[in-house]
Amino acid sequence: MSLLHFMILTPFVFAVFVPLFRTYMRNIHTGWFVLAVPLILFSYFASHLSTNLGFAPVTYSIPWIEKLDIHFTVYLDGLSLLLSLIITAIGALVIFYSIYYMSKERESLHNFYIYLLMFMGAMLGVVLSDNLMVLYLFWELTSVASFLLIAYWFQRQKPRYGAQKSMLITITGGFFMLLGFLLVYAMTGTFSLREIIADTSLITEHALFVPAMLLILFGAFTKSAQFPFHIWLPDAMEAPTPISAYLHSATMVKAGVYLVARFTPVFGGTTEWFWIIASFGIVTLFWGSFMAIRQSDLKALLAYSTISQLGLIMSLLGIGSMALHPDQAANSMLLAGATLAAVFHLFNHSMFKGCLFMVIGILDHETGTRDIRRLGGLMSLMPVSFTLTVIGGLSMAGLPPFSGFLSKEMFFTGVLSAYRSMDGWVVLVPVLAWVASILTFVYSMILIFRTFTGPFKQEQLDKTPHEAPFGMLLSPLILASIVVITFFFPNLLSYTILEPAMHAILPSLLQGEEVFTVKIKPWHGWNTELFMTLGVVAIGALLYIYRRYWSGIYEWLTPKFSLNHLYDRGLVGMENMSARITRLHMTGYLRDYLAYVFAFLIFVVGGSLIMQNALRLDISSGAVISIYEYVLGISIAGTALFVVFSNSRLISIITVGAIGYIVSLFFVIFRAPDLALTQLVVETMTTAIFLLCFYFLPKLKKEITRIRFRLSNFIISLGVGVTLTLIGLSVQNYRLFEPISSYFEESYTLAGAKNMVNAILVDFRAFDTMLEIVVLFIAGAGVFTLIKLRQSRRNAE
Amino acid sequence: MKFTDIILQTTTKVLVFIILTYSVYILFAGHHNPGGGFIGGLITASSLVLLYMAFDVQTVRKIVPFDFKRVGAIGVIIALLTGTSALLFGAPFLFQTFSYVDLPVFGTRELATAVLFDLGVYFAVIGTAITIILSISEDR
Repeated sequence: MSLLHFMILTPFVFAVFVPLFRTYMRNIHTGWFVLAVPLILFSYFASHLSTNLGFAPVTYSIPWIEKLDIHFTVYLDGLSLLLSLIITAIGALVIFYSIYYMSKERESLHNFYIYLLMFMGAMLGVVLSDNLMVLYLFWELTSVASFLLIAYWFQRQKPRYGAQKSMLITITGGFFMLLGFLLVYAMTGTFSLREIIADTSLITEHALFVPAMLLILFGAFTKSAQFPFHIWLPDAMEAPTPISAYLHSATMVKAGVYLVARFTPVFGGTTEWFWIIASFGIVTLFWGSFMAIRQSDLKALLAYSTISQLGLIMSLLGIGSMALHPDQAANSMLLAGATLAAVFHLFNHSMFKGCLFMVIGILDHETGTRDIRRLGGLMSLMPVSFTLTVIGGLSMAGLPPFSGFLSKEMFFTGVLSAYRSMDGWVVLVPVLAWVASILTFVYSMILIFRTFTGPFKQEQLDKTPHEAPFGMLLSPLILASIVVITFFFPNLLSYTILEPAMHAILPSLLQGEEVFTVKIKPWHGWNTELFMTLGVVAIGALLYIYRRYWSGIYEWLTPKFSLNHLYDRGLVGMENMSARITRLHMTGYLRDYLAYVFAFLIFVVGGSLIMQNALRLDISSGAVISIYEYVLGISIAGTALFVVFSNSRLISIITVGAIGYIVSLFFVIFRAPDLALTQLVVETMTTAIFLLCFYFLPKLKKEITRIRFRLSNFIISLGVGVTLTLIGLSVQNYRLFEPISSYFEESYTLAGAKNMVNAILVDFRAFDTMLEIVVLFIAGAGVFTLIKLRQSRRNAE
Repeated sequence: MKFTDIILQTTTKVLVFIILTYSVYILFAGHHNPGGGFIGGLITASSLVLLYMAFDVQTVRKIVPFDFKRVGAIGVIIALLTGTSALLFGAPFLFQTFSYVDLPVFGTRELATAVLFDLGVYFAVIGTAITIILSISEDR
């Protein structure tokens, strides 16, 4: 177990102690204790900045399920380091912010911080895992944590709706991604990402290439809210604002981007990969920015803006992957610039969007509303918040002197280089990108000016606005200063983060000791990119000022044809259909359910016995049957007949118990004292439970039975008996595999146990036993809860 | 359920001790002889059922003041912890080991981590069985 493993598991372990802080130190805000976790993690990851990760990635492995090639292998290279730093740094800032945002008296803070820590650990697991199955596990865990956090105020209806929506969409995507991973395994025979990347030729020439790619991308697109799966992200804004800032803008939604970047060396360099990612990215970029302008809720505006920015990063990754294409060898360094822009913008976006979300949270906290129509004129009342919004907003719009400008220019370079090195429909890419940038500019202006300038409307606000306390402002202040510092000293990031990250995404572009040299300059001459930016500002400003003349186009979007409507209709339809199916077979009669189970058994097991022609009835090799066995067998049959024809329930129960006791005698004859003992005690206990239940059962009535009813029961019971007997007799004649019992014979040398049965239970197959006792315990808890519920309901009446 | 049967009560008082001792023996003997946590737990549970049958639930609750839901939970936790503690030594989850030690009176004895795991099974079985039986019998 290495330190890196420990770092991933720390949040989970710490989460166990959070309720204790909540209970025993109520006077101190729980957030102060939790804050330690991301700080420690951040300093650990920051200490790796100095190492040359491009060439010496850190790898540790713990074997987990070796038979299935599943190992808990962690892998730290440039790309995962960048995301780990973002996760821990924003995590620390968000927790600090939440100390002031979440009231310690009114909120159930322990839930909040447990979910948050669970998310943090899961997210670190996603970006640091090398094994695809482990990555999938953490991936779904982030969805679960997100679900819990969105539904944090579960007493209200809308958070529940949003949580369900995000869960349904992202987890469906996750399932498809799992299928994709399995296909990758089928192609390469390994779950290890490094091994897959080291030998991509196994994949590129395989027939399963396209299906695997599509399935994995489906997972990535749902997680990163790409069009048309973006509809969950605006509804996820029902979560508390620190969560929106953390999960739904800075980290979790980046998981899809991370996955695409991670798989670029595997699938990249093919035209299919480029077209799918670039087109989904560009469409998302355009649609997100277009819809953001329409929003009147500030958080919804930022949600759509996040969708659009994720589309931007995605399209850049698509363009950058073309650098690996064999036909583009001449332009490869030009196209690799797009990857650099993607990585850089990923960083910038986390910074300015995190800052903006926190400021929106402050506005919500201090004015009581996020509705843009009720806000206005807050500039003089909340000067610090205004400054922060200007910094974040202008960075989002891509204006100097903020870091967003740099990555925005690089984005333009990226789309232009795609246009220059390819032909055909690629010409649409820069055009759509440019239009989307104009729209981005417009909504950034709406965010800044409609909130803070214009008339101040106190009568529409629930609270009297005033500037937030310093603690609440500190986190966005730090983020805003990073935005400004990055503009003036962008090359602070180049050697430490950007170059290793690029190396991780495009490893095959370099030979030997070569490195990507990244030089980012704020001023790059009077070129096309700069003119595009000037155009964005000019047209964007006009569109903003005269927006009331053209905002009518949003009226054309009728809600009836929207994706949300489709989702809602689909959900209702699915619920109705499943209700209908359930009503059809859930009759409420135990005997019906038993009939289903047994009929299924006869059809599947008996059917496959016949279909596979597996019946081998040959008793010549059987052992000699002794007189005792005859006696026991006949007495079991006789007792069973007695059960069938008895009219009293009490007698039936006791007779069934008697059958069990006779069976235990069989074990005695076959010299299995363990089993005999167990069977005896189990039989005693179940009979006792039966008799207890019997006490409450209604009297066994002479049932009015139709002849058909009896006949079907007869057929089913006969069928089950015949099937099982045939299986028992056929098994005797099969010697297909080496019996595993020879392995268990080693129990004394391997497990130090003379009792083989016990060695199997607690050592060789301890995992089975462990889960069995868990199931047993849950069943006991279930019985207890059901009966207590019934009692409390009866008491209430 | 309340009925007084002097013979049953008197016999139970003696029998329960024998059964309980036997169940503990079964638990620890399990590694080399017939027995183990599951069966040991069941025997303990059956002795408790005998107590409940001879006396009534309230009386037994005074004698054996355990919350059996907790007993079950403790058992599951013991089993889980023995499994995870293997990770601390760099071994896979649920890895079991054993060694021989010399004890002053008992001579050379074997100590196996599997017995700890079995102890978890033992408690889980007792807790669950008694919880189920008590809940059903208390239902009115």
